[in-house]
Amino acid sequence: MPSNRHIERYVAPIDETPVAGVDAVDTSQKASSVWGDAWKDMRKRWMTWVCFALIVLVLLAVAFPQLYTRTDPDYKSLMDSLEGPTEGHPLGFNKQGQDVFARLIWGARASVIVGLLATVLTSLIGGIVGAIAGYYGGWLDAVVSRIGDIFFAIPSVLGAIVVMTVLPFRNVFSIAITLAIFGWPQVARIMRGAVLTAKNADYVTASIALGVSRGKILLRHVIPNALAPVIVITTVSLGAYIVAEATLSFLGIGLGDSAISWGMDISAAQSTLRVKPELLLWPSAALAVTVLSFLLLGDVVRDALDPKARSRR
Amino acid sequence: MLWYIGRRLLQLIPVFFGATLLIYLMVFAMPGDPIAALFGDRQPSPEIIAQLRAQYNLDKPVIVQYLIWIGGLFRGDFGTTYSGQPVSAVMAQAFPITARLAVLALLFEGVAGIAIGLVAGLRKGKIFDNTALVVSLLLISVPTFVTGFVLQYLFGIKWGIISTTVSGAAPWGELIVPAIVLASVSFANILRLTRASVAENMGADFVRTATAKGLKRGRVIRVHILRNSLIPVVTYLGTDLGALMVGAIVTEGIFNIHGVGGTVYQAVIKGEGPTVVAFVAVMVIIFMLANLLVDLLYAVLDPRIRYAK
Amino acid sequence: MKESTNVNIDPNAQEIPLLQVRDLQITFKTVNGEVNAVRGVSFDLYQGENLAIVGESGSGKSTTATAILDLLAENGRVSGGSALFNGKDLTKLSRKEMEHIRGREIGYVPQDPMSNLNPVWNVGFQVKETIEANTELRGKDAKARVIEVLKEAGLSDAGSRLRQYPNQFSGGMRQRVLIGIGMSARPKLLVADEPTSALDVTVQRRILDHLGTLTREHGTSVMFITHDLGLAAERAEKLVVMYKGQVVEYGDSKEILADPKHPYTKRLVAAAPSLASRRIQSAVESKATAGTVGDAVAVARDQAAVPTEAPLISVDNVTKIYDISQGGFKKTQFKAADNVSFKIAKGKTMAIVGESGSGKSTIAKLFLKLEDISSGTMTFDGRDVGSWPKRELLEFRRRVQPVFQDPYGTLDPMRSIGASIAEPLVTHGIGDTASNRKTVAELLEQVSLPASTANRYPNELSGGQRQRIAIARALALKPEVLVLDEAVSALDVLVQAQVLQLLADLQAELDLTYLFITHDLGVVRMVADDVTVMRQGRVVEAASTDEVFENPKEQYTIDLLEAIPGGKFEFGTSA
Repeated sequence: MPSNRHIERYVAPIDETPVAGVDAVDTSQKASSVWGDAWKDMRKRWMTWVCFALIVLVLLAVAFPQLYTRTDPDYKSLMDSLEGPTEGHPLGFNKQGQDVFARLIWGARASVIVGLLATVLTSLIGGIVGAIAGYYGGWLDAVVSRIGDIFFAIPSVLGAIVVMTVLPFRNVFSIAITLAIFGWPQVARIMRGAVLTAKNADYVTASIALGVSRGKILLRHVIPNALAPVIVITTVSLGAYIVAEATLSFLGIGLGDSAISWGMDISAAQSTLRVKPELLLWPSAALAVTVLSFLLLGDVVRDALDPKARSRR
Repeated sequence: MLWYIGRRLLQLIPVFFGATLLIYLMVFAMPGDPIAALFGDRQPSPEIIAQLRAQYNLDKPVIVQYLIWIGGLFRGDFGTTYSGQPVSAVMAQAFPITARLAVLALLFEGVAGIAIGLVAGLRKGKIFDNTALVVSLLLISVPTFVTGFVLQYLFGIKWGIISTTVSGAAPWGELIVPAIVLASVSFANILRLTRASVAENMGADFVRTATAKGLKRGRVIRVHILRNSLIPVVTYLGTDLGALMVGAIVTEGIFNIHGVGGTVYQAVIKGEGPTVVAFVAVMVIIFMLANLLVDLLYAVLDPRIRYAK
Repeated sequence: MKESTNVNIDPNAQEIPLLQVRDLQITFKTVNGEVNAVRGVSFDLYQGENLAIVGESGSGKSTTATAILDLLAENGRVSGGSALFNGKDLTKLSRKEMEHIRGREIGYVPQDPMSNLNPVWNVGFQVKETIEANTELRGKDAKARVIEVLKEAGLSDAGSRLRQYPNQFSGGMRQRVLIGIGMSARPKLLVADEPTSALDVTVQRRILDHLGTLTREHGTSVMFITHDLGLAAERAEKLVVMYKGQVVEYGDSKEILADPKHPYTKRLVAAAPSLASRRIQSAVESKATAGTVGDAVAVARDQAAVPTEAPLISVDNVTKIYDISQGGFKKTQFKAADNVSFKIAKGKTMAIVGESGSGKSTIAKLFLKLEDISSGTMTFDGRDVGSWPKRELLEFRRRVQPVFQDPYGTLDPMRSIGASIAEPLVTHGIGDTASNRKTVAELLEQVSLPASTANRYPNELSGGQRQRIAIARALALKPEVLVLDEAVSALDVLVQAQVLQLLADLQAELDLTYLFITHDLGVVRMVADDVTVMRQGRVVEAASTDEVFENPKEQYTIDLLEAIPGGKFEFGTSA
């Protein structure tokens, strides 16, 4: 029986287990905010810098294509049709005798602008609608959510295919707006969920009890705390919209014929696939690298903003 | 569960009318002449224009036009294609081919995506995981039409294993490569989703408890980790169907498959607006119904949804 | 620690211990390098004996338990020592061998009943798979055993609930299921990691009683992991006190509690709230009296019993009804608070005690004007709270401030501590940036935190520190009333004692009135002048604290008092 057994008492030597003061603030570490921590985490990863470098290279091509090439991407010299690389034309010529490298550089503009524009529009519309629906709730939420469901029922690129087929004017704006019309509910749903979580937090209740007005609570506490998932989806969808633009251009319902776009060049390369497959390779690679760098950035940001993922890594 | 199905069906009704109205408005309520817009720069003969005006009731108010159109949908009248064939007839011919393609693609992305994602998630941070991650990222960043061309070039032209186009009957065998093309992006997404979900569930309390109960590792993985990780994957499948539909348009276009996607592809390339609108409307309806199915499947997989009020 | 290894071996014992842990070391790999979470833990556990490992969060007590079952997180490993179980060293077994021991020879009852059952499988399935993994029973026999096991664990209607899912069970019911699972294969040892800390005291008592009977019947040894000294003393003969990964004291549990030897154990025992606790005295000299503090409190007590002046807060027949949608269009009404009345005099502490669902937090929300009263009146300083004019709401907010339970949710993680504390000042248009910075520094000092804390963010602070900051924020507007809704419940014992002391000091200094909502009667004894006991929305008993503790009138109050773990022990008496 346990009661018969004598239990030896043990007390740790006091000098070996000094008792610290109760709950003292650790001042050995520098103060850091959530964003600061996230940035500190991102800074340490080489992937972050690869993404940044690639994105800067692409953005430079968008803003100042002349930095990379002096050749006119539209200039056709049928004599050079399908010619290989020559002096000043590192990637040779396409079927119409246009400089492949120049078209590669100038093609960045359409893709990235459509991607950026569509992303900004969806984030703004979706973010605002989602935040208001989640925060104010009630009938407003019900109405907005049902409207969102309707747009959500139409896959965004499919919707864009219909609209772009019948739309008489095709430019970066009409493509971006069309993609955004069908794309905003996704952001709205994410924002709404994040706002619902944030608005039930104790710090929000505490602010109400302090007398802070509803609007100020939304702006000061709820939105900053709900932003992280929206930022992640934003970086990822930027890549998706660039692909969408290329797909529309590939189908011939993207930008007008006079524009330069990776999607159209890929489409055009189809006819010379047997004789010159590298014409397909270059614009595809440019597109893939651009999309990849935004995707990777999204991954890095998500890991940095999610402390759970950080500790698991 | 019955209550849940009923509620989902009720919710579908306004979405159905809303989404179809939206498509209709975006096409027919645009400023300018919708008929002119439908054909772009290749204007048809005056007779066809007149016939289309009658068909789409363009003299009546937009909402009446829409109601007539939607009434037609319910009777199985989806309109006519540019060449005058009823959409429903073309659909009946094209659908089985696309269905075969979709089954192959879903099989590939589901089985391979989940299996590789599971192994990667279980071995997070190891070589297998890192390789799977890199490959999946590459697949996601390369658009479907590029993957299509690359495989067409490699298998069809360079190695001559397959023919570059699929024959009219589109037998299963010829659809394998196109199905891989169609599934590539979704496969990568499912892989990543499964991996993340498996990694998260591995740290879940109930998994630790399952191990503590004395279950064998294999059973813990199958019954507790994998089973729970399937829930987000199923939800993803719902939204993924939209991407698959666009992918089908592109893939069937590249491999010249005479399915639903191929028909839309040809119509888009040739600027045949009415065909595009009619087919996309049908696709959106299929998308909605498929999502309903996914929702129900979700409820089957996750009892918390079933019993939540 | 080398010597200690020998000290722990029981020379009188003839038999071999069931579990013999020697110099156990556990290391975790983190971003900042290796961390030694457990450093040299040793103890013996004999068949049929109960042992409790007690410690605060971060002491390594749970880590020790999970290491014994080889369930450490991926980044953790046993880096030294041994754990002999029936002669086999658990730290050296292969995965297969370990699978054979888990469930069958060592059962496990985890901490959080909400997250430890798989939500997608029904309860019957989860018990049955345990039985099939550890016994020869299959099919019908296994099912019969499932029902038997669950009935033993206290689920009398087990037979009809097998097909239900975990989310259809209450927390207490789930914990019973988990106990059933842990005991299903009649293990020799049961590791119970805080098995009841998420539950109400009366439920906790029933479950622990049940567990005790069950393990006695089967001769099972139990290893409790707990933060609750009282529970440890009541349920285990042997005690291991852990602090920062090391054993500071080990031996007979009653002996240790009565006569703690290590300074840490002494502190822990002194801080533990129990029935025998006394009201915390403020270190600050009360302005009112020149005599001893004890006298002042005695005088204050007498006044509380017979309030002479008009009460600052008066709650009269307050009822709160919620509409609950029942799926579809059906609605039922739920009375969260039913005809509740009480009064609080200025400068006093009223504790509202109750278990979950008692309506105690509803009262707090109603008084804070976060929700509307359905019927009845609440007055503050002679004015009706319910009809308080909207434009004067800011004034009410200034005078009545809350502190909430969850230290991790109470501060906005995106804002600095300084910004959080200054928010009330900014909202009420008090002071400019410079003067606010000074005020924030003063407030931080008031809650014993360095002024530099203002530049930090909540994620860098401990739970107790966050809770002190929440108090500083609440004090910023120089309020008259603090509503403390389970404000210390989530804190470790020592930190809790520190915060309670702080609250007592502030009350004496600033003449604050507290509405103190809690489930913990031990804490009530330490802070409250008067107590209102609530159950299912109704007031069960209301009287002065001494009255309620020494002479409870209602059976429910008596049950509550009896359910306090280790309630009968006098802690640290022979010291």
